[in-house]
Amino acid sequence: MVREAAGILMPRTASPARSEPLPVRLALLGLGFLFLLLVVVLPLVAVFTQAFEKGIRAYLGALSQPETWAAIKLTLLTAVVAVPLNTVFGVTAAWTLTKYRFPGRSILLTLIDLPFTVSPVISGLIFVLLFGTRGIFGSWLDAHGYKIVFATPGIVLATIFVTFPFVAREILPALQAAGNASEEAALTLGAGGWRILFRVTLPKIKWALIYGVILCNARAMGEFGAVSVVSGHIRGVTNTVPLQVEILYNEYDFVGAFAVASLLTLLALVTLIIKKVVEHRQARLVEGRNR
Amino acid sequence: MKVRVERLTKQFGAQGLPAVMEATFDCADDGITTLLGPSGSGKTTILRIIAGLETADDGRVLVGDEDIIHTPARKRGFGFVFQNFALFDHMNVRENIAFGLRVRKATKADIQTRVDELLGLVQLEGFGDRYPTQLSGGQRQRVGFARALAPQPKLLLLDEPFGALDARVRAELREWLRRLHDATHLTTIMVTHDQEEALDLSDCLVVMDRGRIQQVGTPSEVYTSPATSFVASFVGSANVLRGQVQEGRAQVGATSLSLPGHVSEGAQVSAVVRPHDIRIARQPDERANSAEPHRAIGRIKRIVDLGTHMKLDLGLTTHELVTVHVSRKEFDSMALLQGESVLVDLDSARIFVDDYSV
Repeated sequence: MVREAAGILMPRTASPARSEPLPVRLALLGLGFLFLLLVVVLPLVAVFTQAFEKGIRAYLGALSQPETWAAIKLTLLTAVVAVPLNTVFGVTAAWTLTKYRFPGRSILLTLIDLPFTVSPVISGLIFVLLFGTRGIFGSWLDAHGYKIVFATPGIVLATIFVTFPFVAREILPALQAAGNASEEAALTLGAGGWRILFRVTLPKIKWALIYGVILCNARAMGEFGAVSVVSGHIRGVTNTVPLQVEILYNEYDFVGAFAVASLLTLLALVTLIIKKVVEHRQARLVEGRNR
Repeated sequence: MKVRVERLTKQFGAQGLPAVMEATFDCADDGITTLLGPSGSGKTTILRIIAGLETADDGRVLVGDEDIIHTPARKRGFGFVFQNFALFDHMNVRENIAFGLRVRKATKADIQTRVDELLGLVQLEGFGDRYPTQLSGGQRQRVGFARALAPQPKLLLLDEPFGALDARVRAELREWLRRLHDATHLTTIMVTHDQEEALDLSDCLVVMDRGRIQQVGTPSEVYTSPATSFVASFVGSANVLRGQVQEGRAQVGATSLSLPGHVSEGAQVSAVVRPHDIRIARQPDERANSAEPHRAIGRIKRIVDLGTHMKLDLGLTTHELVTVHVSRKEFDSMALLQGESVLVDLDSARIFVDDYSV
C-alpha cells in the first residue's frame, strides 16, 4: 500500500517534453482498455448473465439449495476463524520483525512469504501428509478420535496457512516507515506495552492493517487449491463456496454454478471498493504528513 | 532535583569504539545542563540512557540519592522531548498532551484543567482541537514540550529539541525555552550540537567528543578556559595552529610562544587563539620581529564586513591561515586594504600538548 500511496503522490501531469505524441497515447490507452475489457470486464459480465440466465427466481432458487447454504456457512466459519488468527499473527510478526534485531530474523522474514511462493496444492498436501490417515500424526489422531483432514479443521488450517502473509506483509512497511519514536514517547510518558500497542502503534498503522485484513479475508473465502486437497468434497459437509462452484459446474448446473460464483464475485467487488477507500484515506494521511 | 551521572559506559556492537566511555558529571540543580558535541560524540546515547530508552553497560545515574539505572523507562517519570517531535498523529493536540495524564488515571476534570494550563504555558490556546499535521514545526515542538510536562516530570530531557526547525523558529523557541525554564525551574538536560544554543541556554555545559567528556563547566568557564584544543575549537570559533616544542618554547610557524608549564622537547603542540583575541598592527613596526617572537607577518587575503565587526582572513608567511576579528573603529583607524601585510600578535594563544591518540 505504501508503494501505491507513493504513486498517488507522483505528479499527475507529466512535463510536455517527456509525454508521448497524442496518437501514441491514444493507441496505448486503447490497448489497455481493450485488454481490460477482454480479460476482466467480459468475464465479470458473463458470470452475472449466466447466473441470471433463467431469471431471478432460478438464481435465488440455486442459492437456497441446502448444499449451497452449507457451503456458504462453512466458508464464513473458515474466514471467521482464519482472519482474526492471521491478524493477530501478522501484527505480532511484523512488530517483532521491525522492533527487534535477532538471529534468524531474515529467515523469518523469508518464511512469511512461503505461502505466496508455494503452489496452493502443495499447501493442502502438507496437511494431508501431516494429519491424514497415513500421515505423521495420523494414527495418533485416529486413535483419539480427532478428524482433521477431510473435515472442517483441515479446511481452516489450510486456509490459515495460505492467507497468513497478507496482514504481516501489508503492515511491515507501514511499521518500518513509522519508526519507533512515538512508542518511545509513550514509554517515557509511563504507558505499558498493551496501551502502547492499542493506543499508539495500531492507530498509526490502522489503514495498512485494514487493507491487510480485507485482502486476507478475500483470499480466505476464495481459496480453492489448498482447500480442495484437504476437503474431500463431501457435499453439504466439507464443501466451501469455491468447491461448490466447481461441483455444480461439473454437473452442468450452470445457473447454480454461476449463481454461487456471483457471490464470490460480489465479495471481490466489495473488497476492491473497500481497498480503494482505504487507499484514499491512506494517501490523504500521507499528504497531511508531508504538508 | 540533583542529578549525577557516574562512569556511564556504553558500547554498541562487540567491537569498535565505545559510544560513551566512563562519563561522569553533575547536572545543574534546577538548571539547564547541556550535552554539547559533534554528531557521534555519544551525547544522545547518554540522554537516552538517562531516559531509560537505552541500557548502559556500566555506570550509574543518580536522581536525588537514588540510582535509577535499573528502573524501567515508564516508571522513571522523566519528560522527554524528541528532535522529530514524535507526536501521536492520530490524536489531536489536547489528546496528545493528556496522554501521560490518562496513563496515570487522572480524573477527567483534572485532565481538562491541566491540559488548559499547558496549552497556555506553550501559547497554543485555541489549537487544542487541531491535529499535529495541521501545525507548523515550531507549534508541533511546543506540543511536544506540553505533552512531556503534563505529568509533572521530575526531570526534563531534550534531544536536539530545535534540530528539525529552521533558523528563525529555532531562535524564537530558544528564547521561549529560556522563559519556560524561568517559570518552571525544572531540572533539564539538553542535547545539542549547536554551540550557540548551548552557550545561550545552559547553566552547565558538558562538552563531548568521541564518547568522552572533554570538559564540564559553566558556559563562560568553557569558553574562556577550554580544557583541550578540541573544546577551544568546538565552543566558539578559534584558529588552531600546529607546532612543536623547541628550546622550551612552542615554535608555531615563524613565531615562538611561551609554554604554560614544562613540556618535553619535541612534543607536538597546538596553539589555539580566538579571532577576536588576535591583535594586528600596521607595518612597518619599529619594534622588530626578533624582539617580539610572538609576532608573525600576515597578508590580508580577504576582508568581510560582518556589521558588528570586520573579519580578516590572513595568510602568514609560513602559509598558515588565520582569521581575525577587528572592531570597526580599530579597522577604520588602521585603514587596511586587501593585499597589505600586517603584524599579527599571537601572544594570547593557548598552547595545548597534542593528545597522542589523535
